[in-house]
Amino acid sequence: MATTTTTGATAKQGLKLDAGLVGRVAIILVAIAALAYYFIQPQQATAVYASTLRQSTPIVLGALCGLIGERTGIINIGIEGQMLLGAFIAFMVNVYTGNLILAALAGVLTGALLGLFLAWMSITLKMDQIIGGTVINILALGLTSFFYVAGLTTKGKIQPIPLGPLADIPLLGPIFFNNAPITYLTIILVFFFQFALFRTVWGLRSRAVGEHPSAADTVGIRVNVMRYMNTTLAGCLSGLAGAYLTLEAVGSFERGMTNGRGFVALAVMIFGKWTPLGSWGAALLFGFATALQTQFQFLGLDFIPHQFVGMFPYVLTIVVLAGFVGRSRPPAAEGKVYDPE
Amino acid sequence: MTTEEKSDSSGRAIQILQRIWRSLSVPLFSVFLAALIGAIILWLSGANPLGAYWALLQGALGSPEAVGRTLEKATPLVFSGLAVAFAFKAGLFNIGGQGQLLIGGIVAAYLGFAIDGLPFIIHMPLALLGGSLAGALWAAIAGALKTYTGAHEVITTIMLNYIAINLTDFLANGPWKDTGIIARTPKVLDTAVIPSWGFIPLGFLIAVLMAVLTYYLLFKTTWGYAIRTTGLNAEAAKYAGIKVGRVIILTMAFSGFLAGMGGSVETLGVIGRYQPGFNVGLGFDGITIALLAKTNPLGVIPAALLLGAMDAGGSQMQFDAGVRFQIIDVIKALILFFVSADVIVRKILGARAVDEEKVTLSTGWGG
Amino acid sequence: MSNADKSTIVLEAKGITKRFPGVLANDNVDLKLYKGEVLALLGENGAGKSTLMNMLYGLYHPDEGEIWIKGEQIELKNPRDAIDRGVGMVHQHFQLVPVMTVAENVMLGSEITSRGGILARRRAEKRVNELSHQYGLEVDPTAMVEDLPVGTQQRVEIIKALYRDADILILDEPTAVLTPQEANELFRIMRDLTAQGVSIIFITHKLKEVLAVADRIGVLRGGRMVGTAEPATSTETSLAEMMVGRSVILKVEKDQARPEDIVLRVENLQVKDDRGHMAVKGVDLEIRAGEIVGIAGVQGNGQRELVEALTGLRPVEAGQVTIDNVETTNYSPRQITELGVAHIPEDREKHGLVMAYTLADNMVLNNYYRQPFARGIVMNKEAIVEKGTELVKEFDVRPPNVNATAGKLSGGNKQKVIVAREFSRPTVLLIAAQPTRGIDVGSIEFIHNQIVAQRDQGVAVLVVSAELDEVLGLADQVAVMFDGRIVKTLPIEEATRERVGLLMAGSEA
Repeated sequence: MATTTTTGATAKQGLKLDAGLVGRVAIILVAIAALAYYFIQPQQATAVYASTLRQSTPIVLGALCGLIGERTGIINIGIEGQMLLGAFIAFMVNVYTGNLILAALAGVLTGALLGLFLAWMSITLKMDQIIGGTVINILALGLTSFFYVAGLTTKGKIQPIPLGPLADIPLLGPIFFNNAPITYLTIILVFFFQFALFRTVWGLRSRAVGEHPSAADTVGIRVNVMRYMNTTLAGCLSGLAGAYLTLEAVGSFERGMTNGRGFVALAVMIFGKWTPLGSWGAALLFGFATALQTQFQFLGLDFIPHQFVGMFPYVLTIVVLAGFVGRSRPPAAEGKVYDPE
Repeated sequence: MTTEEKSDSSGRAIQILQRIWRSLSVPLFSVFLAALIGAIILWLSGANPLGAYWALLQGALGSPEAVGRTLEKATPLVFSGLAVAFAFKAGLFNIGGQGQLLIGGIVAAYLGFAIDGLPFIIHMPLALLGGSLAGALWAAIAGALKTYTGAHEVITTIMLNYIAINLTDFLANGPWKDTGIIARTPKVLDTAVIPSWGFIPLGFLIAVLMAVLTYYLLFKTTWGYAIRTTGLNAEAAKYAGIKVGRVIILTMAFSGFLAGMGGSVETLGVIGRYQPGFNVGLGFDGITIALLAKTNPLGVIPAALLLGAMDAGGSQMQFDAGVRFQIIDVIKALILFFVSADVIVRKILGARAVDEEKVTLSTGWGG
Repeated sequence: MSNADKSTIVLEAKGITKRFPGVLANDNVDLKLYKGEVLALLGENGAGKSTLMNMLYGLYHPDEGEIWIKGEQIELKNPRDAIDRGVGMVHQHFQLVPVMTVAENVMLGSEITSRGGILARRRAEKRVNELSHQYGLEVDPTAMVEDLPVGTQQRVEIIKALYRDADILILDEPTAVLTPQEANELFRIMRDLTAQGVSIIFITHKLKEVLAVADRIGVLRGGRMVGTAEPATSTETSLAEMMVGRSVILKVEKDQARPEDIVLRVENLQVKDDRGHMAVKGVDLEIRAGEIVGIAGVQGNGQRELVEALTGLRPVEAGQVTIDNVETTNYSPRQITELGVAHIPEDREKHGLVMAYTLADNMVLNNYYRQPFARGIVMNKEAIVEKGTELVKEFDVRPPNVNATAGKLSGGNKQKVIVAREFSRPTVLLIAAQPTRGIDVGSIEFIHNQIVAQRDQGVAVLVVSAELDEVLGLADQVAVMFDGRIVKTLPIEEATRERVGLLMAGSEA
């Protein structure tokens, strides 16, 4: 099922270019364009790039959540719901305690609980995983709608922490070294999981469980235990993304504030070939598309109605998905219940 | 392996009742459990659950106007549920009901207000069909993407939802805007309006008709055989000579047609124009209804009536019992959970699993 | 020649019983394994061999009975318990992760690490090299498993067990994917291992192998151990009788073939596999009406892709297919079916049946859209049920309930449904891929007789099978497929096992 489409159409192979080469050329072109933009309009460029990194943060966290789960064999389309409920709980804790760290932790915990819920539905109840993810999304929407009361205020959001003299470096400084803690943490997590997934015992076993669960089982690895653990762990990351949205990015809560980011995260994960670094690159691309929306006016493109500008990330998601899903291979055993006896 | 019972009429009746109970027990009990947990949540948040539910019931069924409201609310839900259930049969998960509904609604509105001079007998069906076809096209995009690129429809239909929201917002604020400040289309002409008979909206009857049609299509025609085979085993379908790619696109198209019709009926029959805030969340309700109905088109009708009743009674509940009507969203989510995790309900009931055509959606995820 | 040390029992099973819903898989089974011996466990498909072995490896748990390993009674809760006691298993379907390297697969679960759980890749590769040299099992530790040929993958599986210090090795149908020559190589490895003190249980349903390599033979039938035997005092026939419980005809009864016109002609066919590599590299083939051409060959040499190309399930890159004088290259499956081609697919659950449909609905899978089953787009349920009832009776499908769902049937009966369906249409060409894989002997005989009957009615028949005995039993012409080509076609009189075996391995003969 990997590289052929549902109709077995290999017609696409005619268009197949060496993805690696295209990718590398694209990166170089993008880097050149980025620098050019900076020299033309330094202030706007810096603002856009800094915004890119921040916009990409919840998306890459969502993608990490998705890929850790899928690498272990559990498809999670409930990332949106995990983010939303995580954001809401973080917000409420912030309102009632004013303690930002506690609020962030609450968000993370919420994500973990929903991850556990997904694992339970998928593994023990043997529900179709896509329906399970949908249940989480609908439940999150319903719960947040019911319990949210307008007009609650917080004492403010998490402030960026400039890293001393590093923050003064032109261009790179404001982008990389003047961010709020969750943003920093996210970058660290990307590299951490890239290493963990491919160089540690945990990573090897997790991947084996997702590719060929019976092979793992026959060497004594407890497949379903690993799946439970990893899905819950992954849930922490979506919860963190939700906490980020409300505590660092916006500072308050709105109904449906995740706005489809959880699904964009899935496309990013596929585009990134289920790897943390790949997902980060893809997330930056999406972050850039989103950040660019605010700049359309400055770029002289303000004749485009704002609704079409708003469509841009979603259209991009479809384009990316359509272009890349057939070319990358998901973990072979994902989505299937493992039931040895 | 059928036990030959005596052809005693009471024996046969008992057999039929047993079959009905086996089919219905899980959905019924799921609703009961969801209501129970909803009651617990209400109680924990300081409200009186019994009072709330009673008010809900009054608002839904307590008077002819209430019943009319329930039928009105149920109408787009029937379409939504049919759309999702139909797609499920082909193994497709159409979460794009909301977008297809919006597109259908606004196109129907446009055909309703922009074309003058046609008699009702032409204008109304034209607007209705036009909206439905628009919904079909919108959904077919996702179907084509799946067939030709392998992109899973869960993501593409949700993306198309957001795009539809933006697109209809643009149209309602721009080229198709009414005079005045509010972003909405002008009222549709009288010749395009779907009337009611007393308190029964004609739109509901159209919905029931479509449900019967969909059932017939799925279970009595060769197209339906091809669709169901594709959903149950796409490989065997290919082997049987069924053109799976075509089935996917056409199934999504018909699914979108149904959702679009839902939007059109709502526009032409209830609201009278297209305006923002137009029935948000209907897409997700469709999923709950489809699963509650076990993806059977005829079962969609009672399931939609149930959720429609909940929606209709909601404002009464809020008014009388002071309970925010969003609790209904929570209860709906719980119904979805229990109906999907039927293992739980069956364990509680001690019921056996019924032989059913069960569709899996997680195949075809990554390509 | 035996290395067995009869004074030491390394493994013993006493009174093992295992039940699954609806079937008693193992019924009070006793088993003894001596140190350094090769014990062959013989039985037909469904006799309970794999179930028993899975319990010895800790994957399943016995409902009753005891397991003793090296003199100690033990309850194996999971494979780890078995591995800790020196039991290693090589499964029939390899338990290797295709996208990981040999070294990663070998160390999975018992990883070599530096501090902190970080994998020590290089040390693992070194260890694999050590083991492969010690036991004569050449493999490249850095190779990706999915790139390796099947015989090499099997060696990786063996190394996996030896890496964990296994001295009791269970091999489950290891020769299913090997040529006769590769199988001999495996037997050589087995003898080397027993000489070094390893004890082996070797599961198979192939009588010749048992006589070639075993020190002792245990026969399972219907979940019961019906007896033990020594190779010196057994023949294929005596073993087959123990396996099946009645006198068994090992050869298919058929008359001389009377071939007529050419029905299927394949010229220089080239077909790609799922990964884009050329799997069929220029095949020429001719089949006449009234003859059976059997394609022999180890699985993975392009047979599957060839069959899929002929039946319209896979695109053809180059070459031509002609059926009954109509060029059908790249025709759709429906067009090919309508020309009168019947296809028994290799994977009955995947391609052949819709498990959730009733038998009746499955019977019309290929022509549900034609009269009398449908008029226009409206389907005619009575006609479908009527036909289904007729076919179920004619082909002895059990249970004979046309409204039961296909998923509930046994493997043999599922296959009979498919055969019934395919044979109920007017046919000029029958393509049967692995027609009797995994089904009971009674159904095997039935299906073989049906295939011969089709031939006698003038149908051109292509049988593709990984079971050499099946090909040799059915075919009038034997075509050997190796590396994507038909390397030679022999009339059945000239097709000896040795000759065909050599051709299957790519040697000239």
